[in-house]
Amino acid sequence: MTRKIISYAFLVFVLIFVYAPILLLVIYSFTPSTIIGKWDGFSLSLYGELFTNARVRTMIINTVVLALLAAGLSTILGTIGAIGIFYSRGKLGKVVKGASNINVINAEIVIGVSLALLFSFLTFNRTYFSLLLGHLALITPFVVLSVTPKLKQMDPSLYEAALDLGATPTKALFKVIIPEIMSGIVSGFMLAITLSLDDYIITSFTKPIGFDTISTYAYNAVKNQAKSDLPALRALSAIIFLIAVIVVIIMNIRASRKEKTK
Amino acid sequence: MKEQMTENIIEIKDLVRQFDETIAVDHINLKVKRGEFVTFLGPSGCGKTTTLRMIAGFDRPTSGEILLNGVNISDLPPNRRPINTVFQRYALFPHLNVFENIAFGLKQKRVRVVLEDSKGNRKEKTQKLSKQEIAEKVAHALKIVDLEGFEKRSITTLSGGQQQRVAIARAIVNEPQILLLDEPLGALDLKMRKDMQIELKEMHKTLGITFIYVTHDQEEALTMSDTVVVMKDGTVQQIGTPTDIYNEPVNAFVADFIGESNIFSGTITDHKKVRFIGKVFDCVDDFEKNEKVDVVVRPEDVVLTAPGEGIVDGEIISSVFKGVHYEMILKVGRNEVVIQNTVEKKVGEKCGVMISPDNIHIMKKEFSVNRYDGYITKKNTVIFGDGEFECDVTQLYAGSHLDEEGYLITADGEQLDLTDVDVEVEVGLHDIDVSDEPEIGGATGNIVSIIYKGDHYQIIVRTEENEEDYVVDTEYTWNENDTVSISIPKEAIKMKLKTEEKR
Amino acid sequence: MDYLTIALLVVVIVLTAAIAFFAFRYRKRTYGKDGREGVTTDKGLKRRLFAFSRKQLCIPYGVFLALFVVFPLFLILYNAFTDRSGHISFDNFILFFSTPSTITNLFMSLLIAFVTTAVCILIAYPLAYILSRMKASRGYILVMLFVMPMWINFVLRAMALRELLDLFGWLGEYNFLNTIIGMVYDFLPFMILPLYSTLIKMDRSLEEAAADLGAGRTRTFVKVTLPLSVPGIISGAMMVFLPTMSCYVISETFGGGKIPLIGKLIEEQFLAADNWHYGSAIAIIMLIIMFITMLVTGGFKSENVRGGASL
Repeated sequence: MTRKIISYAFLVFVLIFVYAPILLLVIYSFTPSTIIGKWDGFSLSLYGELFTNARVRTMIINTVVLALLAAGLSTILGTIGAIGIFYSRGKLGKVVKGASNINVINAEIVIGVSLALLFSFLTFNRTYFSLLLGHLALITPFVVLSVTPKLKQMDPSLYEAALDLGATPTKALFKVIIPEIMSGIVSGFMLAITLSLDDYIITSFTKPIGFDTISTYAYNAVKNQAKSDLPALRALSAIIFLIAVIVVIIMNIRASRKEKTK
Repeated sequence: MKEQMTENIIEIKDLVRQFDETIAVDHINLKVKRGEFVTFLGPSGCGKTTTLRMIAGFDRPTSGEILLNGVNISDLPPNRRPINTVFQRYALFPHLNVFENIAFGLKQKRVRVVLEDSKGNRKEKTQKLSKQEIAEKVAHALKIVDLEGFEKRSITTLSGGQQQRVAIARAIVNEPQILLLDEPLGALDLKMRKDMQIELKEMHKTLGITFIYVTHDQEEALTMSDTVVVMKDGTVQQIGTPTDIYNEPVNAFVADFIGESNIFSGTITDHKKVRFIGKVFDCVDDFEKNEKVDVVVRPEDVVLTAPGEGIVDGEIISSVFKGVHYEMILKVGRNEVVIQNTVEKKVGEKCGVMISPDNIHIMKKEFSVNRYDGYITKKNTVIFGDGEFECDVTQLYAGSHLDEEGYLITADGEQLDLTDVDVEVEVGLHDIDVSDEPEIGGATGNIVSIIYKGDHYQIIVRTEENEEDYVVDTEYTWNENDTVSISIPKEAIKMKLKTEEKR
Repeated sequence: MDYLTIALLVVVIVLTAAIAFFAFRYRKRTYGKDGREGVTTDKGLKRRLFAFSRKQLCIPYGVFLALFVVFPLFLILYNAFTDRSGHISFDNFILFFSTPSTITNLFMSLLIAFVTTAVCILIAYPLAYILSRMKASRGYILVMLFVMPMWINFVLRAMALRELLDLFGWLGEYNFLNTIIGMVYDFLPFMILPLYSTLIKMDRSLEEAAADLGAGRTRTFVKVTLPLSVPGIISGAMMVFLPTMSCYVISETFGGGKIPLIGKLIEEQFLAADNWHYGSAIAIIMLIIMFITMLVTGGFKSENVRGGASL
């Protein structure tokens, strides 16, 4: 019994550690004060700012569009790559797999500077394209990592069955292999979005001048102690948090329903 | 592809499939008649599945040809072959329901139609099957496999037997010329398997297409097939009807693999006479005199009589009830005969044995080595073939040696007394020396046969006592009926311990 | 023509060449090694040439990796061993090891990474253990709860924690402690996930067997559970140790600029000091340290890496 109490106490303690800062963000998203800790009365003005302040709006749109674009492209590239690696038993597959794992363990700062060197070697200016490439280089290996286990779990004769029933290799790929590994592709896509949204270091080395994502903006604002639109981001965090909570609840309901039907 | 109605729907010519170092399929030749139910039967690793996969198109031959209706299809991808497969683990698509699984092949299909417009112009067009056509075909296929109304069911909710049926429906709905079945019943329980065997046979009759079936279960093969292809180590051992394969196995492997059998070494003594287990039996096969043969007798064909009334007498040493019959082992001299009979004889009872001539199946023996049953003496020599020979007993246990008193010390330091231990002895044909001085050798006998083999003579020396034979390759000329002695160098006597489970 | 177009053209040309190469190889194989006449019809041959096999799918990704991962690493290597005029030199490395501040920097990075990893294990292991012993569905929900903060932007999360520490009045006072707290806060989920997935997959009958053989709870844990969860600990430690070493965003936010990490040093050379050759040399040193860490811990299991975040 005491064992149980200690266990739960420990869980609660860690949960508090994890959620206290977030709750602080959420609470102070309802006051227009510039710093957390100073309560300037209840107001939804920060939420309004998300839609009215052009700079904040562009920043959010930039971040989201970049994340969706990068995640979408990396999912396509990574899924194709994972399938290719999985089915080539020879050297080629091993080499590509090894190269793919480099950026999984590599420090972001090294990835960032290596890309900066590449772009200066090719003498092209940092553009949206270079930023996108930087994000792809970071996140695609993770898509490969989430797709590969699903390929391993798949019954190898499914592909042969599709060919046997008259499907061309391309058709078999789209009608059988891709649907079979869909859950891995989806989780790879989600992971890619998370990583892209979170990234600061690579973005700062590859982004064009004057372009900001939430990460670069917030970091620079804090570093330079500049008077900024930082408070509005509290409102944004609160909204993201709310969405995350809803997603988790939905997932739980679905999971428990599945359990019941079984 | 040009179609011609040849009698053989599939013709396999000199087919070889090599994986790195191992040869999975080794120069196979085979013809499959249209509408036949053919089974590839063999132990795992015999190349039966690899052959099937090459017919399906999943594997490409290293060399050789596969002809379908007389056209080589070796390099045709599987999706272009009018052949469908029922996979071992069904390989149903889990993300599709029963209907979608069965309709998968139909949706890939393009049919040629001739359209005629109002002006009477004819146009040929390829088009997909209509939704209604697909639905009808799927419903029909489900009816054949007895799963009407299962269209909307998810694959994961089906039992093993139902999944099996869906897999069959998915294959036959495409109206293939050949249906390949790769151990399709392996995952089912015994009762279900028996039912499915009958149903598959029925299906084969109604559909009228060629079935090629792969299994390692000999009973399944014999029950269902028109033709059985017995395979071993990538080669075809025998092709024939189930009755042929069962009654007239071509070699000891087939006899052993198909059903239970007694296999004895024998010698032809005269016209339609064969000698085995120490006695001469009448038989129906005609072989050359003195030919070394394998004799196969099915356990159910051995008739027990009162002692002295049969051809040879023996003693029952074991008896086990097997449900319908008793399986008994009769000891005749140094041989054991397995017998199946509904009447039990108790252990220790003495019986006579009768075997009717047409139940004795004789197969030519590929003679490469002399084999004898023998035993070790106190002096660490070995007695076999009516003779006593010097031998190296340490070969029986790896890493062993003899101590001064003649006991064997194993690699682990254990001390063994080998006296009276039964061994299997092998002596090469070249390793036997024949001499006309009777006292040199370990055994003596008369030369009963001399065959000239091109560059040497093959002679058979038969001992008087038990009529044991030594087959010897020699360069020297001898005369028939010469009495000679047999000597064998110590190192040429290869021995193995007789294992208990081996009969 | 601008350089972007040129770069794209290069990519397209390389891709085409690679595909053509493999298609050709494939065709040669059709004819067999012994030079035997191909049995394929012309039509069949064409189909083979243009039908792509599944393994050829890794070519585009391989080309991408070669261009944007492997080649840039070679650029780092090249820059590290050259000076501004492009001559081969070891000055960058000599400079690094002869400057006391950079050496301090290196050791500080290692210390921060080490302490963070240790604290993460100490918190995450009991947590993952407790969660893995719960009813599967409840444990899963709680794991989600611990991972969910990862959805909020990492910089914003760090900001929030910083404000919290500011409320306590710690900011600027305990730079080292604050940096550790910040790092642990950020990287804890990466430790929880691999540990949880290792513990939940563990065959529970092994523990029962140990108990059956007379081992007490502690003994069972020390002799069975802990050794079996080592792969999870290693994966988690790698996923915390390696990024922590260079994660200067956190140290800058929490350390008040007093806790310099090696990552920051690299960034400075590239952005402020504009000495790319020196920066590259430091990056190489970091890569070597990472490589040694990998060797010592015996690598990582790819299934347990951050991919687990998608749980």
